[in-house]
Amino acid sequence: MATKHSRSAARLMMAPAVILLLGWMLVPLIMTLMFSFKKYLPLRGGDLGWVGFENYVRFVSSSAFWPSVGATLTIVGGVLLITIFFGVLLAILLNQPMWGQGVVRILVIAPFFVMPTVSALVWKNMFMDPVNGLFAHLWRFFGAEPISWLSQASLPSIVMIVSWQWLPFATLILLTAIQSLDGEQLEAAEMDGAPPLKRFGYITLPHLSRAITIVLLIQTIFLLAIFAEIFVTTGGAFGTRTLTYLIFQRVLESQNVGLGSAGGVYAIILANIVAIFLMRIVGKNLDA
Amino acid sequence: MGQIKLNQVTKSFGDVQVIPPLDLTIEDGEFTVFVGPSGCGKSTLLRLIAGLEDITSGHIEIDGADATYVPPAKRGLAMVFQSYALYPHMSVRKNIAFPMKMAGIDEAEQNRRIEGAAKALNLTDYLDRKPGQLSGGQRQRVAIGRSIVREPAAFLFDEPLSNLDAALRVGMRLEISELHERLKTTMIYVTHDQVEAMTMADKIVVLRAGFIEQVGSPLELYHKPRNEFVAGFIGSPKMNLIKGAEAEKHDAATIGIRPEHTAVSKTEGMWKGVVGVAEHLGSDTFIHVHDTGLADMVTVRITGDIQAKHGDTIYLTPQLDQLHKFDAQGLRVD
Repeated sequence: MATKHSRSAARLMMAPAVILLLGWMLVPLIMTLMFSFKKYLPLRGGDLGWVGFENYVRFVSSSAFWPSVGATLTIVGGVLLITIFFGVLLAILLNQPMWGQGVVRILVIAPFFVMPTVSALVWKNMFMDPVNGLFAHLWRFFGAEPISWLSQASLPSIVMIVSWQWLPFATLILLTAIQSLDGEQLEAAEMDGAPPLKRFGYITLPHLSRAITIVLLIQTIFLLAIFAEIFVTTGGAFGTRTLTYLIFQRVLESQNVGLGSAGGVYAIILANIVAIFLMRIVGKNLDA
Repeated sequence: MGQIKLNQVTKSFGDVQVIPPLDLTIEDGEFTVFVGPSGCGKSTLLRLIAGLEDITSGHIEIDGADATYVPPAKRGLAMVFQSYALYPHMSVRKNIAFPMKMAGIDEAEQNRRIEGAAKALNLTDYLDRKPGQLSGGQRQRVAIGRSIVREPAAFLFDEPLSNLDAALRVGMRLEISELHERLKTTMIYVTHDQVEAMTMADKIVVLRAGFIEQVGSPLELYHKPRNEFVAGFIGSPKMNLIKGAEAEKHDAATIGIRPEHTAVSKTEGMWKGVVGVAEHLGSDTFIHVHDTGLADMVTVRITGDIQAKHGDTIYLTPQLDQLHKFDAQGLRVD
């Protein structure tokens, strides 16, 4: 593909895909940007003209903004911590030869196949219901007062639900990484006098660092946008209103498209800040 | 110090016994080579000595103390793996320092030993590189360096040269032999290559299917193979083993004659045959002779060159004093 002719032919043939992809991304992005500079209230007069940066100022100065950023980061951070910690543990466990390994592996991966709405409803009604939930029964069995999870410990509850969904993903990626670890390296470390914990720290964990980086980046991107779990459990109440949820409320509940679009632009900026931040910390693991 | 004694050691994986009861003593300072075809249990035996596999029954003694249930790190042995097993995320220096760090040796002493090992192994310029940036031979030397600094009672080598190209292999073979001369430490070396075994060993242990076929010095094995298997395995090109009428003339079930103990003539001799392939190496010529009526193919080795082409008729005369005789069980008859 070195000649000038073949290069231009290649460009021509790639063009439809590139144009489609660009349009797919750029049109919504530009419309969001456009609406964010307009006062646009579909049920109260429709398009009321350009307003400059008013929507941006109002979105940030709203008392709900900073708590929503906080809630978003808490959920993302909490889920990342839990999934990576237990993901590494589960990966090590599943890598051990044991009876029924195939079945156990499938069971571990199963939560990933459950739709977010369904899993959140299952958790809400079967586990966390303060009257009939399994947790409530468990608490009463030990003579304790049942917790109404989603109102008293709303953020931890949501972190728990989302972690349950994402743990399989982390486990799967980390398991494949751990399987590629050269057994002779571990044996060499054993001969060199490293006890199991040090073998983990000096050999296994460095080997997993790249996989952990990938889990971290991919999960962050998806977790910043979680919505269904909050929608069907708390509906954004009890401090679980994330940035995504706040935007949803501004657009659909307050019917203010302009304000919501400004929020959407903030969300893009936040996601990019987090991504750059993460790339800086862990991106170097992806080289070499 | 590094005397290793195996006493009635066995190893089974499930129902399969890969090492039947086995006794072996490796003396202090000896260079012992375990050699055998692949799957003969030589690597398993090494791993049993290292402690990486648990033995099923029997005892292992290191320096007179029972080490059967001692964990690998406490046995005072160092191992060099086939894949080198360097830690990829650590620099050469940290790789070599790792066993000392685990043993809690102070930093100054660590550095002294690293410098010493690096100098001995020509690694001084590479100490700050990662294993990924080194060539195969250099990686091999790092792996050896990592085992030297522990000052072990014995070194265990698990086919360390099989990942290197031929030229490098010869070079590393010499380096390991020289290392043994310098350190005078016990070394156990596993290989499937009988040339490595012959050139490096003080003592060769020939294994087949977990059984020790013969133990002895390289020349003992060459001159007095205990059975047909050892006779065929040691020496290159292989010994010619001849059965049938020709063997019966010498009161044996099988007779063996090494390629280098056969004279060749174009006019007269004991056995007549047709030249198949002649391999001219310059210093030697290997001639593969067919249609002798003795065996499928008889190989002869002569010093220097001879004009022998495919299809030529040729006469072979074995040196009768170099004839090996084996009985129906394959055991040597003197």
